[in-house]
Amino acid sequence: MLSIKNLHVSVGDKPILKGINLEIKPGEIHAIMGPNGSGKSTLSHILSGKSGYTVTDGSATYQGKDLLDMAPEIRAREGVFLAFQYPVEIPGVSNVYLLKAALNSIRKHHGQSEVDAMDFLTLVKGKVRLLDMDEKFLYRAVNEGFSGGEKKRNEILQMAILEPKLCILDETDSGLDIDALKIVSEGVNSLRSPDRSFVMVTHYQRLLDYIKPDFVHVLAHGQIVKSGGPELALELEEKGYSWLEDAEASA
Amino acid sequence: MSASTQEINNLINQEYKQGFVTELETTTFLPGLDEDVISKLSKIKNEPEFMLEYRLKAFRHWQTMKSPEWAFVKFDPIDYQAISYYSAPKRKEDGPKSLDEIDPQVLEAYKKLGIPLDEQERLAGVAVDAVFDSVSVATTFKGKLKDAGVIFCPISEALRDHPELIKEYLGSVVSHTDNYFAALNAAVFTDGSFVYIPKGVRCPMELSTYFRINAANTGQFERTLIIADEGSHVSYLEGCTAPMRDENQLHAAVVELVAMKDAVIKYSTVQNWYPGDKNGLGGIYNFVTKRADCRGENSKVSWTQVETGSAITWKYPSCVLTGDNSVGEFYSVALTNNYQQADTGTKMIHIGKNTRSTIVSKGISAGKAQNTYRGLVKVLKSAENARNYTQCDSLLVGDQCGAHTFPYIEVKQPSAQVEHEATTSKISEDQLFFCQQRGLSAEDAVSMIVNGFCKEVFKELPMEFAVEAQALLGLSLEGSVG
Repeated sequence: MLSIKNLHVSVGDKPILKGINLEIKPGEIHAIMGPNGSGKSTLSHILSGKSGYTVTDGSATYQGKDLLDMAPEIRAREGVFLAFQYPVEIPGVSNVYLLKAALNSIRKHHGQSEVDAMDFLTLVKGKVRLLDMDEKFLYRAVNEGFSGGEKKRNEILQMAILEPKLCILDETDSGLDIDALKIVSEGVNSLRSPDRSFVMVTHYQRLLDYIKPDFVHVLAHGQIVKSGGPELALELEEKGYSWLEDAEASA
Repeated sequence: MSASTQEINNLINQEYKQGFVTELETTTFLPGLDEDVISKLSKIKNEPEFMLEYRLKAFRHWQTMKSPEWAFVKFDPIDYQAISYYSAPKRKEDGPKSLDEIDPQVLEAYKKLGIPLDEQERLAGVAVDAVFDSVSVATTFKGKLKDAGVIFCPISEALRDHPELIKEYLGSVVSHTDNYFAALNAAVFTDGSFVYIPKGVRCPMELSTYFRINAANTGQFERTLIIADEGSHVSYLEGCTAPMRDENQLHAAVVELVAMKDAVIKYSTVQNWYPGDKNGLGGIYNFVTKRADCRGENSKVSWTQVETGSAITWKYPSCVLTGDNSVGEFYSVALTNNYQQADTGTKMIHIGKNTRSTIVSKGISAGKAQNTYRGLVKVLKSAENARNYTQCDSLLVGDQCGAHTFPYIEVKQPSAQVEHEATTSKISEDQLFFCQQRGLSAEDAVSMIVNGFCKEVFKELPMEFAVEAQALLGLSLEGSVG
């Protein structure tokens, strides 16, 4: 699915990622954990195509293609989805309009016809129920006046409808209370499938109580300093990040 | 410049699709303006004597006036002697009686613009008056309207056939001394639409005028007069286009609306005059005076405008709320791109008791354009319990354009309530990236965001034209991202 090799990324002259290596196979869930400033958000941005970053070395190959060479909308249409840490508001544009425009652009990319209006509504309403959302949500402007929890749920709704292959969740748990966290996690779990992979970027282990990862990687100072199974997250919870950062410093 | 800003700038640049020229034989005056030219103009249009007097009076007054300089726009002085004041496709002596007699080239031009003049092909329920340079070439559905008692005809025809209405109402809202361009228009106006809706009649269809400038070195001076008598109701729409030329062309129109007791007039404009090229060469100077008098009690006038064209727009559709309980509304989207300049807004003059006005203005600037909202809300001593609500939003696309707001509020009546809200926002790179990350191209994303921004105004447009307006905004912004 995704193969990252020796990836180096800078913002301006400042190196942020310093040689990331990561292999993600279909169906796997990888959690990327790390302290603030370790480069977690940079990793999710560079994979999804946000501007303002420079790749200085290394590669990222997605389904056999050079991911870093694609425009952001092409990555999206090829199945890369970023659930934003801070979803933006778009006044005057209804959720349902955005969803339909997005779905159709993806379908068009794959040579499919535009979705029929009735079929689309049936699809959307089904997903709305799945995420325990109010249908009124659909007709409100994108994220305008939404609470933090509603915005995150909205991201998962978009994911459910666009059915991406590689989902990158950027600090999806930040700003969520425990109830919202449960709903969002259930939404993500319902989307797990053998041909869909997830990269969860998170600071805290609590998200991993709800979405069980196959692998946990610890990012510090722009490098993956330790990888392991779910038990690594628990160890981090107990000891914090400092023992890994110190280990790295003394190495 | 970051990638996304570059993208925004490229999306704005796109071709003007109505820029073609129609080759035809025309009757065109030599450039120049004096009393002889005005007499000749009045004669060629076969006008009654009182019109020539009116024109000459206006011309003499105009000569004493100076071109206004207060607007936030810049242009070189206009040489009024270099303009031709009359140009019309050659035709038979007393004008075409039916479509068969209209020059097929003219028909073809309108067809190309998506305005077929053949009634069968026309959108059901919309009557069209087509003004080509200085003359009206066709008015559709005249018969059907006549059955309802509605008069819808070229104003030059109304001068001959309904002189009593013209004498009573022409210049009664915008006098020939009102301002520089209104005075010039009064002296040299050539054609435009005339509408009279009799008492108690609800006009059975939408009325529209389509203005087309074709000839070079001419000015278009159109005059529109709409009178809605007691209890009547009318919805009117105008559209405008012009060929692409390197020289600037002047369009100085006057529109007067009169709403009597309980009458309702809805006036919508989709203005797409040639805006000039992307270096700011050429384009139409759109200097227009539009004003409505809500003369009777409980009358209502609603202006909706979507302004995407013209090199310079200088335009303030206004309402004089004379009658008690009368209502004025102004909904506007003004988009400027490249080197376009717009200084537009409205005036709401509250005179009667319990008069109400609403202003919703959406300005969008892209490229190196300057977009100014200028509005006056004036509440006179007599206007007890007058209310106004103004909302004025600006959206910036890219980082080289400007948005300016000049609201003037004068209140002389203590019981009045006046509210003003204003916002300025920018299409952020985060919004663009978010949309792209959902699979939309940058162009589609900007178009979607801009349309969302304009939604409150678009919902005021008649259905058929709301779609057209949305498409137009998309086109006008194309190339501002890339």
